[in-house]
Amino acid sequence: MKKHIEGRVWRFADNVDTDQIIPAKYLVTGDRDELAKHAFENVRPEFAEGAKDGDVIVSGGNFGSGSSREHAPRALLGAGITCVIAPSFARIFFRNSINIGLPLIECEIDAADGDILNVDLENGKIANKSTGVEYTFPSLPDFLMKLLDIGLIENTKRKLGTKRSG
Amino acid sequence: MGMTIAEKILAMHAGRGSVSPKEIVDATIDYVMVNDVTGLPAFEVFEEFDATPICEKTVLIQDHYVPNKDVASAEQAKSMRNFARRYGIENHFDVGRGGVCHQIMIEEGFAAPGRLIVGADSHTCSYGALGALSTGIGSSEAASAMATGELWFRVPETQKFTVEGELGDYVMGKDIILNIIGDIGVSGSLYKSMEIYGSAIVLLPLSDRITISNMAIEAGAKCGIIPPDEKVFSYLNDRVIGDYSPVYADEDAEYEDTFEYDAAEIVPMVAKPHLPENVAPASEVDVTIDQAYLGSCTNGRIEDLRCAAEILAGRRVHPDVRMIVVPASKSVFEEALREGLLETFMAADAYVAGPTCGACLGGYMGVLADGERCVSSTNRNFIGRMGHKDSEVYLANPAVVAASAITGRITDPGDI
Repeated sequence: MKKHIEGRVWRFADNVDTDQIIPAKYLVTGDRDELAKHAFENVRPEFAEGAKDGDVIVSGGNFGSGSSREHAPRALLGAGITCVIAPSFARIFFRNSINIGLPLIECEIDAADGDILNVDLENGKIANKSTGVEYTFPSLPDFLMKLLDIGLIENTKRKLGTKRSG
Repeated sequence: MGMTIAEKILAMHAGRGSVSPKEIVDATIDYVMVNDVTGLPAFEVFEEFDATPICEKTVLIQDHYVPNKDVASAEQAKSMRNFARRYGIENHFDVGRGGVCHQIMIEEGFAAPGRLIVGADSHTCSYGALGALSTGIGSSEAASAMATGELWFRVPETQKFTVEGELGDYVMGKDIILNIIGDIGVSGSLYKSMEIYGSAIVLLPLSDRITISNMAIEAGAKCGIIPPDEKVFSYLNDRVIGDYSPVYADEDAEYEDTFEYDAAEIVPMVAKPHLPENVAPASEVDVTIDQAYLGSCTNGRIEDLRCAAEILAGRRVHPDVRMIVVPASKSVFEEALREGLLETFMAADAYVAGPTCGACLGGYMGVLADGERCVSSTNRNFIGRMGHKDSEVYLANPAVVAASAITGRITDPGDI
């Protein structure tokens, strides 16, 4: 996972639900690249084609509400999204994202479509290069930072290893 | 300092004397459930662990896209069958043997007071109606829980809701929870535990309590717990797997916030597109409908079907409306058949189908076209939820769904 991100903004409003991120009819695969082809299809049809590696999402509150589908953060990773910034996240989306290595930042910022952001995950800083405004955010608790870093799969393998040798 | 129900259940399962809100704890889970949509990604992740699942804690339920809607969903369902066979998992509910996952978790006795249950489906919070702490998770962590029997939890702050008094005619659990969500908003309980009390809740049948807990997630909650009573114990009597011990909040438990409601003031409600918080009395919403859907983990139980059948008896569904009735499980279907409810629905020109989640999430078996409008007993009215992005879903209780099916427009059942 990258600790320093420079990316172009896709701006969304409040209460972006996981049905918007990836409509249920595409939930017949877990493949992130396949899912990415349909990300935001109903609400931002230009997203799937237009999203580039390194882009970031800036949203209003309660991002990722609704269904537990891990397909949602997988679709965003598949589309090249490097982090999501919002004042709050729905809890299952939050867990899913951390588990599979998509950084989420709880912070309310002013940013418009196409703005360029500099994000420093380690030191909790965001700079909107397009507006010149800077923001700070509290970093995740150590446990979650570690989980984000190594991923749930590796974390589980280590846990199982400890159990087996113990 | 005393603890809330959620704090106590997490402390017990984390092997701790007490826990406090915001803490992150590792806790032992009682069950982990996946369905056919969330199962496939979980099974793929599981293969990376070089482990065997804890079979007695693992529950696999085929419900979203079964009977298979297409080849891709058929492959997905097959992956669950293969996983069950490979590891000898007996708790596998396939087509014709189960139904909507949350109804099965309750009917088959997995859900019980004091238990900590996770499921890769957001409406896993339904079992709060039986006094369990149950909550939705993702596929990867479901795989992890199958392998380790544990999962991390952030101890939630708890909000206390109290509903006192008696509900009026055709006012149901659905209206209580829509009222609450309308009040606090779709993120009003974000990350939190709802605890629900009051004389109106005590009077409610278990079925309506399940509707309330089911929709806790629509306010963003981790869980919606109702303290278990005799109704829960007698329901579990001949079906619960293993022992259980009810958990109640301490008298000096600390609540982040308290909310009080007068049951007599609650009327049949609808949640208008495109958020469950967008509520209004059914009597004040004047729109025509194209489809009426009765089913789902929210309101697909026998009590819901009885309520709708009573209104539909001797009447016909409006000629411009398709009504679709989907009992939530095989046993609900059997009971509805025995009681003659299915006959009533069919005599009224409703279409009756076997259990599946299909229509609720716009998968199949009732997908809406451009501009169509559905009154639905389900839990979500998001953009495109039941079909085309420009279709609309109005959430309501089973009585409102039945009354609206007859008149062809959103209707308060008291008005027919």
